[in-house]
Amino acid sequence: MNMAQGLKMAFKSILSNKLRSLLTMLGIIIGVTAVIALISLGQGATKSVTAQVQSLGTNLLTVNILGRGTTNTLTEKEANALRDIQGIQYLAPASTSNASVKYSTKSVDVNVIGTNSEYADVREYKIASGRFLSQIDLDFYQKIAIIGSQSASDLFGFSNPIGQYVQINGSRYKVVGVLASKGSTTNGSNDDVVMIPLTSAERIFKAKGVRTVYVQVATDKQIDSVVGGLNTALSKKFRGNTDSYRVFNQSDILSTLNNVTGTLTVALGGIAGISLLVGGIGIMNIMLVSVTERTREIGIRKAIGAKKRDILTQFLIESMALSGLGGILGIGIGVGAAQLVSSMLKMQVAFSLNIILIAFVFSVLIGVIFGMFPANKAAKLKPIEALRFE
Amino acid sequence: MTLSTEPLIRIERLSKQYEMGGETIRALDEVSLTVLPGDFLAIVGPSGSGKSTLMNVVGCLDTATSGDYWLDGEEVSRLRDNKLAEIRNRKIGFIFQGFNLLAKLTAYENVELPLIYRGISVKNRRQQVVEALRKVGLEERMNHRPVELSGGQQQRVAIARALAGNPPILLADEPTGALDTKTGKEVMNFIQELNAAGHTIVLITHDISISRQARRVVQIEDGRLSEEEGQPV
Repeated sequence: MNMAQGLKMAFKSILSNKLRSLLTMLGIIIGVTAVIALISLGQGATKSVTAQVQSLGTNLLTVNILGRGTTNTLTEKEANALRDIQGIQYLAPASTSNASVKYSTKSVDVNVIGTNSEYADVREYKIASGRFLSQIDLDFYQKIAIIGSQSASDLFGFSNPIGQYVQINGSRYKVVGVLASKGSTTNGSNDDVVMIPLTSAERIFKAKGVRTVYVQVATDKQIDSVVGGLNTALSKKFRGNTDSYRVFNQSDILSTLNNVTGTLTVALGGIAGISLLVGGIGIMNIMLVSVTERTREIGIRKAIGAKKRDILTQFLIESMALSGLGGILGIGIGVGAAQLVSSMLKMQVAFSLNIILIAFVFSVLIGVIFGMFPANKAAKLKPIEALRFE
Repeated sequence: MTLSTEPLIRIERLSKQYEMGGETIRALDEVSLTVLPGDFLAIVGPSGSGKSTLMNVVGCLDTATSGDYWLDGEEVSRLRDNKLAEIRNRKIGFIFQGFNLLAKLTAYENVELPLIYRGISVKNRRQQVVEALRKVGLEERMNHRPVELSGGQQQRVAIARALAGNPPILLADEPTGALDTKTGKEVMNFIQELNAAGHTIVLITHDISISRQARRVVQIEDGRLSEEEGQPV
């Protein structure tokens, strides 16, 4: 008996008992649906979190100064001295203050960041028009500003901001550049921002030094050595008080996040896997009933020459077809459910062909494993006893 | 019948014992029987005489406790289950009392079944199935399911199934048992026609009037055989 013949027989038998087949498959359908939907949503969440963290900049280290006694900042000079550490590509000290920025009658409250020319590179900002800060602006305390795309449209509407003057805490600053839109992250909008030279910022806000330094490492292999270098330098500056500064490694945050979402995905998958197991038991149950019901059929088949193997494959194919069909239905419903949830809860969803294939193969496998016992029972029936069965 | 022909069935001193409630029941007691090609043999006996056991052993559905059984030149009394299934498939066409057709399958598919298990290709199967159904005159009804056929027609489908693989022996177990007298007669006439066409037939029945239509009658009583007519066993 070949495979095609067996499949034909199996589908005939499944279709002859539609309601029962559907109820039997339900366990597998629910299991596969759960696996597909939960893992797709989990992977979607991982993907969006990863994208958010990466949008901060690649190979980014953030140095935060918490302070010790009266020294709770780094001077610009000290910050730039960190540049000596091997492997640093860009370094941008930044001092952020909240200020109101005015243009004619409009006014917005934004973060004003005093920084240097490398800030755009470190934080991966692009210039939409005009230019970014340059070192000479810092050297000469230039009163110029680069504004974010959101702030630009808030203040200037559709007119060109370049060359216009804005008032930051009452001082006139000339707008020389507008940033391209970067979108929002969990830290708020990246486009509601105004950047001015660090030296000018120190004057206008009457605050010496910076509390944040952004460092971009040249290659990800150098991250650890740069972190080490920063720690050594800062430890020296704060005389061994390691509590007065903190170096954040973005890849650390990323791997922690990935760990969390990974664990979540595995846990969800595990729960779904258990429901698949329950579905398998359901299949075994029905197959056992089916074998008893069809004892006479088995007897007839054996009397006219079916071998053990023929009966075994017949029932195995039947349970495989049952669970495989359940798997296919479950994949369809799971993909649909994941899409529905993602559109309703505005969550990102990521389907992976691997997971879908694994779910299908797994459900067929469940058919084989849980069909083995009933099929074997059927194959071992003695023809005379089976024929006598009423 | 010429004595030089090799017998189809040669049973020698065959015994079958059951253990039942600590008591040994001798269902078959050193039975010997020879069936030649083209024979039409009836085995008659009341219920409990061991005739079902004999039919099961002859049909290779069961194995004997002791003794020898040559079927079409092969010793089959000690074969394993799978080998027996193959023998049943190739050498024996069963005609049962209750027809034993599969209700979910059409007449065509029922007749096709033994050929599937024999591993015959789809194309050759079709030809053999149609031919077998033509022999029993049910060619037009081959896509009907058993419930859509009358008792006589169902039994003819069963006969077609037995004939499809062209086995050397047709084994009929009370073929008229589930039919009314008129249809029963028709089926018996048909079986006689088959014998006239050269098929070897072993018929098992409790009905003496039916057994009279056979060329040879063997009586079984308490697991022992005795020949009524024709040559001695």
